[in-house]
Amino acid sequence: MMPQTAKMIETAQLPQVHLPRNDGMALDLDWVARVQANTSAIERRAKTFPGRRSVKKDHQAAWLLKAITCIDLTTLSGDDTVGRVKRLCAKARQPVRADLMDALGMPAITTGAVCVYHDMIETAVDALEGTNIPVAAVSTGFPAGLSPLHLRVAEIEESVKSGAREIDIVISRRHVLTQNWTALYDEMRAFRQACGDAHVKAILATGELGSLRNVARASLICMMAGADFIKTSTGKESVNATLPVSLAMIRAIRDYYDATGVHVGYKPAGGISKAKDAVTYLALMKDELGDRWLQPDLFRFGASSLLNDIERQLEHHVTGAYSAGYRHPLA
Amino acid sequence: MTVKENFDTMDYGPAPESKTEAMGWLATHKSKFGHFINGSFTKPAKSFATKNPATGEVLAKISQASQKDVDSAVKAARAAQPKWASLSGFDRAKYLYALARALQKHSRLFAVLETLDNGKPIRESRDIDIPLAQRHFYYHAGMAQLMASELPDRAPLGVCGQIIPWNFPLLMLSWKIAPALAMGNTVVLKPAEYTSLTALLFAEICAQVGLPKGVVNIVTGDGAVGEMIVGAQVDKVAFTGSTSVGKRIREATAGSGKSLTLELGGKSPYIVFDDADLDSAVEGLVDAIWFNQGQVCCAGSRLLVQEGVAEVFYRKLKRRMDGLRIGDPLDKCIDVGAVVDPVQLNTIQSLVDANQDGETYVAATPLPDGCFYPPTLITGLSPAAVLMQEEIFGPVLVSTTFRTPKEALEIANQTRYGLAATVWTENINLALEIAPKLVAGIVWVNGTNMFDAAAGFGGVRESGYGREGGWEGLSAYTKPKTSPKAAKPIAAFAGKGTLSDPIDRTAKLYIGGKQARPDAGYSHLIYGPKGDALGEISLANRKDVRNAVEAAGSAKSWSQTTGHLRAQILYYIAENLSARADEFAKRIKEMTGKPGMAEVQSTLETLFTHAAWADKLDGQVHNVPIRGVALAMKEPVGVIAALCDVRPLAGLVECIAPAIAMGNRVIAAASEPFPLSATDFYQILETSDVPGGVVNILTGPHTDIASHLAAHNDIDAMWSFSETAPAQVIEAASAGNLKRTFVAPRPGTAKEMLSHATEVKNIWVPYGE
Repeated sequence: MMPQTAKMIETAQLPQVHLPRNDGMALDLDWVARVQANTSAIERRAKTFPGRRSVKKDHQAAWLLKAITCIDLTTLSGDDTVGRVKRLCAKARQPVRADLMDALGMPAITTGAVCVYHDMIETAVDALEGTNIPVAAVSTGFPAGLSPLHLRVAEIEESVKSGAREIDIVISRRHVLTQNWTALYDEMRAFRQACGDAHVKAILATGELGSLRNVARASLICMMAGADFIKTSTGKESVNATLPVSLAMIRAIRDYYDATGVHVGYKPAGGISKAKDAVTYLALMKDELGDRWLQPDLFRFGASSLLNDIERQLEHHVTGAYSAGYRHPLA
Repeated sequence: MTVKENFDTMDYGPAPESKTEAMGWLATHKSKFGHFINGSFTKPAKSFATKNPATGEVLAKISQASQKDVDSAVKAARAAQPKWASLSGFDRAKYLYALARALQKHSRLFAVLETLDNGKPIRESRDIDIPLAQRHFYYHAGMAQLMASELPDRAPLGVCGQIIPWNFPLLMLSWKIAPALAMGNTVVLKPAEYTSLTALLFAEICAQVGLPKGVVNIVTGDGAVGEMIVGAQVDKVAFTGSTSVGKRIREATAGSGKSLTLELGGKSPYIVFDDADLDSAVEGLVDAIWFNQGQVCCAGSRLLVQEGVAEVFYRKLKRRMDGLRIGDPLDKCIDVGAVVDPVQLNTIQSLVDANQDGETYVAATPLPDGCFYPPTLITGLSPAAVLMQEEIFGPVLVSTTFRTPKEALEIANQTRYGLAATVWTENINLALEIAPKLVAGIVWVNGTNMFDAAAGFGGVRESGYGREGGWEGLSAYTKPKTSPKAAKPIAAFAGKGTLSDPIDRTAKLYIGGKQARPDAGYSHLIYGPKGDALGEISLANRKDVRNAVEAAGSAKSWSQTTGHLRAQILYYIAENLSARADEFAKRIKEMTGKPGMAEVQSTLETLFTHAAWADKLDGQVHNVPIRGVALAMKEPVGVIAALCDVRPLAGLVECIAPAIAMGNRVIAAASEPFPLSATDFYQILETSDVPGGVVNILTGPHTDIASHLAAHNDIDAMWSFSETAPAQVIEAASAGNLKRTFVAPRPGTAKEMLSHATEVKNIWVPYGE
């Protein structure tokens, strides 16, 4: 279990508030070569884990609320408009009906961030004014990451200029698939540099990396190159966040922490749409990394429909009757 | 705690499984149980309490069976057996299928009852024990169906007395009952006195599905009842439990003709090589030693870590231990439940307390009051430490380091046990090199404690014998339809006078590939039917036994040779025998007074048969429900001692040929009345490239050496087809190291001999990238 630091303030999502950022380290290829990830063993752990952990009643409600504070409420569609993004931001400010929050005896909470494409940053920043909710922007030629490197770097700089406090970059999968770890490291370094004070989440697109060993090695390289978060997926790959992938990545985070003392955050994205899944992910973080990783500065869900399912479960908790989707405001 | 407080602490909180239904079921029996005999429950009699170990609460009163109860259970089973066996496989399959379905329908009731009675976490009873028990009945419903077509030469044994332990009550019941019933046997089963409840619920279900009366009988009580079952008129005893009790059962059944299988203790090695996925190997240990509070016979309790990664591995392991949650077994969020009984808790405690060596780390996790023991790791132990040798049967892991794969194997195999072993490496070459060399009945690669009805489970050495599950498990519940009858006793011919040839041709013993003078320096004249002296043989004594076993021991490399090479040598033996067929036939005639050529010819055929099998007795790939393979490999038993029957040549070769074909080394005691063919055979062996020590031949009275062979701790199996050596002596003495015994009037069919010459090792290899 990791050491527990001071209690968090709910609305303070940004890592720099609490912990030193990850400045990275020199590329250590010997370490990378030692990394192993046994797929069937990891899958076995992932398969039995949900049966090992169960959270009920008031605890479950609390965990679901915690999950909301860790959501990067996301819209990444070609048909996004100003109106759509404003609605999303309104939902981020008040993710749960006020009457339910009162019944639960909870002060107001917000989602962890709002995550949009570059063109929607300013809209989101305006819509979130007066809150501490950061705007995250996907960048670097998201989702494929195959545009010219200088343009990908420039995109980061533009997004930071527009007010994004978090940048979700995509790595070049080809560097992983060809085991060109130096190129991956250099690329990540360049992205981190371009982010300046904005936090950088490295999207590995794990569904395209071929093996859990590659996932684990790519996780480690990105952390060595200064990623503040490592993130599973763009949401556009055919396979997104899974528990086995999560295990491979958070174990890399743990090893990095053991070696450097630096906390790196984790963001599973895509495919997490049920409240029960959210609880499982939180439990996985708690058991594998410790309680410190249960706060939004170190853990985020990249999700859009998850929130609605959590709202329904919370209403069920309050009223005892199963809820319906239409009873909760749209994003 | 308010939602807000929980939001801040993010604790798990309680997640209890309801016990209402289980307590309700107990109430329908007024929490008092009799035995299940001949299809119904007897009236509860002299009883003892069964408790929930987590709380100490009395759950029910269980009856202690009397001799009369056991007798009537055996009588019911005996009466029911012929009819049960005469049902078609399809009819028996329907009953087994019905039992599987009933277990499934009541799965949560079984799970909660098991957890209440045993203290194991509800997750385990719900997700592991009960589903595996169901699977066993489904699987064996299929075996009942297939028996007639696939095992046409096998018959049921009859009535089986089965004694099971408290660590997996319903699962062990299913491992015992399902194959027995499938093969047409009836059973009298005794659950452990701590954990009788699920067996009693199972009994009720047997009645509900209309299983014929007497097919399953359940009697309850302590070890005294177990002894009654062992001593009863049963055809087979199947026992799972401690090695010490297993040895007592071996002694008690010696000479009774009862078939016996034993699934006993272990101190299973868990080997982590430096290229392993260390986090997964740590997680594997949770399944290995903190599964069921470590009360698992095949628990990976002896951790061997390659030196270069030991420090990192221990650090990761300790952190994982701290995350284990111990407490109310009915809580769905608990990893480690209660130890089965305060008696067991004391045993664990005192074993750990007595240890002065190494460093002890106790998991930094809250420990509730009561019958709980914390996950414990003891590092820095030398292989000689008591805790590296003795089974603790609790959540205590002991550890040492190694430098090379060779050293890992040495440490791993330096044990009296041989149940299971686990290997972690990402290198397939290393994994598949190590797995066959580990002395164990089960090897798991990159995983641990994987079980399935389709793969045999069971050990070697003092972990017992017999397999449960898979095709290999069926031989524990069947016998050959026809077995050889005992021949009329034949005594050696008496005579007078001395050898006519003045050049001494006293046959020596054949040890380590050389003709060796007997230690004691005694010889004995062999006479023909007309009283004429034919030759002199040496009388082997216990020191000659010792020397022969040492020679066999040092011929280990024979077991690593290829089947092809062994076949070639068997053919070569046949070639050389064939060239001298007339001479051997003449010798047989001289000794027995009967023509010998038929025996020589049949011996040649025996050699050809086993030469044929040497490279063809394939293992299997079991169809287990994982992405991976379970390789059932047929391995040599090791060193086999055989007392040959009276037939001068055939009796010898029918033992030697199957044994060496499978890679065993043999010590054969020649035909007692007619030993000169065996001594002539030395020259055949010497000219046929049989490496020294692979075949060793002793001569002299069997009774003089039988007990020394049977008691020798470096012999792995003992076969006796001797007329003179008593089965009782051999089987009782075999208890010392639990060598397998095979006592019969004559060697069996080639297939049967081959099955006695091999052990099935199941190697589980999950894969996937």
